[in-house]
Amino acid sequence: MLLAAAQTAAFHVPNLDYHALAPEIVVASTLVIVLVADLFLNDERKWVLSSVAGWGLLAALIFVVELGARGHHASMVGGAYVVDDFALVFKGLFLVVGYIVLLMSSRYIEEGDYYQGEFYFLLLCSLLGMVVMGSARDLITIFVALETLSLPAYMLAGWRKRDLKSNEAALKYYLLGVLASAVMLYGMSLIFGFTGSTLLTDIGKATQGEITHAPLVTLGIFFITVGFAFKVSAVPFHFWAPDTYEGAPTPVTAFLSVASKTGGFVALLLLTYVGFLGRSDVWGPMFWVLAALTMTVGNLIALRQTNIVRLLAYSSIAQAGYILVPFAVAGSNDKALHSAFTASVVYLLIYAAMNLGAFAVVIAVARKTRSGDIASYGGLYEYAPGLTLLMTIFMFSLAGIPPLAGTWAKLFIFRAVLDSGTPSAVALGVIAAVNAVIALFYYASIPRLMWMNPVPDEDRTPIRVPASLQAALALTVIVVVVIGIYPQFFARLGDAASLVR
Amino acid sequence: MTFLDHWALSGAIFIPIIGAVLLGLVPRRAELTLKAGALLASLASLGLVVYLMARFDYSHSSRFQFVVNNQWIPVIHSRYHIGLDGISLPLLALSALITVLCVIYSWDHFPEPHNPKAFLILILVLATGMNGTFSALDLILFFVFFELVLLPMYFMIGVWGGPNRQYAAIKFFLFTLFGSALMILSFLALYFKGGQTFDMIALRHTIAAASLPTATASLIFAGLFIGFAIKVPMFPFHTWLPDAHTEAPTVGSVILAAILLKLGTYGFVRIAIPILPKAAHSWAPWIGLLAVIGIIYGALGCLAQRDMKRLIAFSSVAHMGFVMLGIATLTSFGINAAVFGMVAHGLITGMLFFLAGSVQERYGTRELSRLGGMLLQAPRLGWILGFCAMASLGLPGLAGFWGEFPAILSAYDPAAGLSLVTFRVYMAVAAVGTVFAAGYLLWMLQRVAFGVVKGEFEHAHIHDMHVPEYLAWAPLLILIVALGVYPNLLFHMTDGAVKAVTVGVHAATGVAAGG
Repeated sequence: MLLAAAQTAAFHVPNLDYHALAPEIVVASTLVIVLVADLFLNDERKWVLSSVAGWGLLAALIFVVELGARGHHASMVGGAYVVDDFALVFKGLFLVVGYIVLLMSSRYIEEGDYYQGEFYFLLLCSLLGMVVMGSARDLITIFVALETLSLPAYMLAGWRKRDLKSNEAALKYYLLGVLASAVMLYGMSLIFGFTGSTLLTDIGKATQGEITHAPLVTLGIFFITVGFAFKVSAVPFHFWAPDTYEGAPTPVTAFLSVASKTGGFVALLLLTYVGFLGRSDVWGPMFWVLAALTMTVGNLIALRQTNIVRLLAYSSIAQAGYILVPFAVAGSNDKALHSAFTASVVYLLIYAAMNLGAFAVVIAVARKTRSGDIASYGGLYEYAPGLTLLMTIFMFSLAGIPPLAGTWAKLFIFRAVLDSGTPSAVALGVIAAVNAVIALFYYASIPRLMWMNPVPDEDRTPIRVPASLQAALALTVIVVVVIGIYPQFFARLGDAASLVR
Repeated sequence: MTFLDHWALSGAIFIPIIGAVLLGLVPRRAELTLKAGALLASLASLGLVVYLMARFDYSHSSRFQFVVNNQWIPVIHSRYHIGLDGISLPLLALSALITVLCVIYSWDHFPEPHNPKAFLILILVLATGMNGTFSALDLILFFVFFELVLLPMYFMIGVWGGPNRQYAAIKFFLFTLFGSALMILSFLALYFKGGQTFDMIALRHTIAAASLPTATASLIFAGLFIGFAIKVPMFPFHTWLPDAHTEAPTVGSVILAAILLKLGTYGFVRIAIPILPKAAHSWAPWIGLLAVIGIIYGALGCLAQRDMKRLIAFSSVAHMGFVMLGIATLTSFGINAAVFGMVAHGLITGMLFFLAGSVQERYGTRELSRLGGMLLQAPRLGWILGFCAMASLGLPGLAGFWGEFPAILSAYDPAAGLSLVTFRVYMAVAAVGTVFAAGYLLWMLQRVAFGVVKGEFEHAHIHDMHVPEYLAWAPLLILIVALGVYPNLLFHMTDGAVKAVTVGVHAATGVAAGG
């Protein structure tokens, strides 16, 4: 019947609001310019590409800010593509994260034996997918956005072509990513089959209606959630993450662990709070189990790491667990629904700053030590006091020690837990609290090494940090400290972005 | 309210940390600039506190003055709400003073690995945390300041400490963090039960109006209790203290003893008791029990020490026991004594740790069995040690007496509804504790200052006092005498404010007795 309807309906040119689409248009144009310019630039001048990409991202960001300041909202293609505060907050986040990753990678890529033009092109492609994800409001757009952001990321993960570890990283990431996509797509097809629509708002209405208890709907929700659990590396679907993170070039790892993960969470926010709002009986317990496992397993394995990138990989798995906590408690009442949504958004914003900062320090330190061994951080404070201070701030922020931004991320989660107030929610809150203490061991161990241990190889040559990396460090640390003192700024963004009214 | 009245308190809190940030921009080699900058920042903060003391309305010491109440995090209804009453004012003054003295004392004896820049920055960050904790009237604000002191102290012990510093630092860190995790949980519970506010003053009424079930109130109080008791530290939670004190550099020990321990007792007086008077009432006998165990245990611990600094650390456990006993009586007499005890302990034990640091610096050891005859080699240092030992053991006429004696006395007549027998037994045990205190302090004095110089130091040149020591110690010694001779100096500040705390207890226990 649906097919028949589709055949008879005449094709209408969708009414597009080009002003609202400006960020997407700017990013898309920039990536085309980068691709073309790459062909005409010789090797000495390839650095131009990174600045072109950077300017493009900043221009797109200006449009996002402008749209937000004016309160310019738009709904296109029958509600499948929406520009609202939620979309703008996350577009802004993705563009800023993209810019910081660019700052982190420009020297790294230039100095290594890498293909610069293609790197920036792929990075921008992936960012385009993320920017689209912010606005996607139907299953197909979400899927397209997800593939647009994932496919370039698979290639970026394997960028160190001659390194076997990097090959393994890319292959693992690719195979599991595709598997996840397939599972998700199957779930989406089930949901579409039952609800007759791919629009999230329609699905939202339908899943609260009479078909709500069809077992296959439950199965559809289950498959889609599992698919995204892969994307956000939730335990037990996390096993690709550490290998991929370790094998990929470090700036790419930063990108994957922040931007790509946030992309997955954006989709999860849309699906759970709009699409499947009425079915918290299905996703509530699922997220409970995922959150509890992800926090605990991530933290426990992180305790045993000796490589800094692997440590950060497991830490970012654990952090994803904290972000999943509000999802698990959202369904119990309206108040919890609101505060859970805000908590997830605030956590994602703060997590981006502190995690990127930590990776930026890792990149800077690796310029001298050429190793990811945690022991090589011993006595860092004697020859790189600035980097030591920054890393200390990022580590304690990740651990949630006041008065740094990470504290508020955790506090918002606990507020959501207590707003829900059900025994299972409180139990999850307790698990999160215990995990925060476990995590402190490994987060605090890095500052301890840096400040209190001797330098392992007695080599105290100072580290020269390139200007672009300095800028990345400055941006991230300013966010972590300023939000630590005045969290209201992000809290307001989190509130404004809310999709639940 | 004039411009300065409005800004002075915020200035006293934040000038040190602004100074710390500015010091961060000064190159590491410009030591004199760094030291002068740190001194300037801490003096500016102290100057503002002195101004506040001059402007404070002592006839209304129960009222919060110099209040600033601005929006901070509207989403969770947390506000930037600060103010001073008669309890917080002396503690703020103590904290600002100790900070200045620590900067002066460090002037030219920075502990290994030297690095004055980082060391001074840590002192200034600590100052902001301490001043802020004593001024905060919002639970979240209090929590942030309370935690702000954690990291600088961790690094101070871990980097500049003794041979076993890493262990001591992490132990201190984990103990305190565990306590603050429970504390923040209780704060959140108060927030949800008390009508979604973190305001300490408003919570007194909203929690009373909410008439919580006894079990809930007790549980919330338990969270606060453990959080604060670890910081005090009370008897079973004290094990981090001797390690932290022994390993910390001199200045770290002084700040730890003089101020950080007071954050815990202050939390009881400011938050736990006024907001949950009924739960406090039912917990009081147990708090009193732990307090007297602490008095005796600390004293016995002292007698078993071979290290001078460790001995002083254990004496802190005993002295804080007296403070907690005063608080546990829930009477205005007892809490007045407790606040006096906090200030007196800050002055006296701060002094003792300074002295231990100076002994360590001169002899290269703090081992009691190797020391001796300091009066012969450095008579001024020796006499000051004697003076401080006397003050610490509670000699009448010196500040220590007015913290200890009224606290013991207050246990004779605890708040209505508390068991007289129990508290009188506590009183007797605490009185025995003072005898022990005289014992271990005189024993220490005798081992360090009296007798003849031991062989290994016979020909060593032991310098008597340095200029920075004169400057850093004089204010403390003067205050110990001044408060000892005229204790009303402090009591007339605290009395009104303490009455406001116990009013709630009377009201709540009256209800308990009637219903």
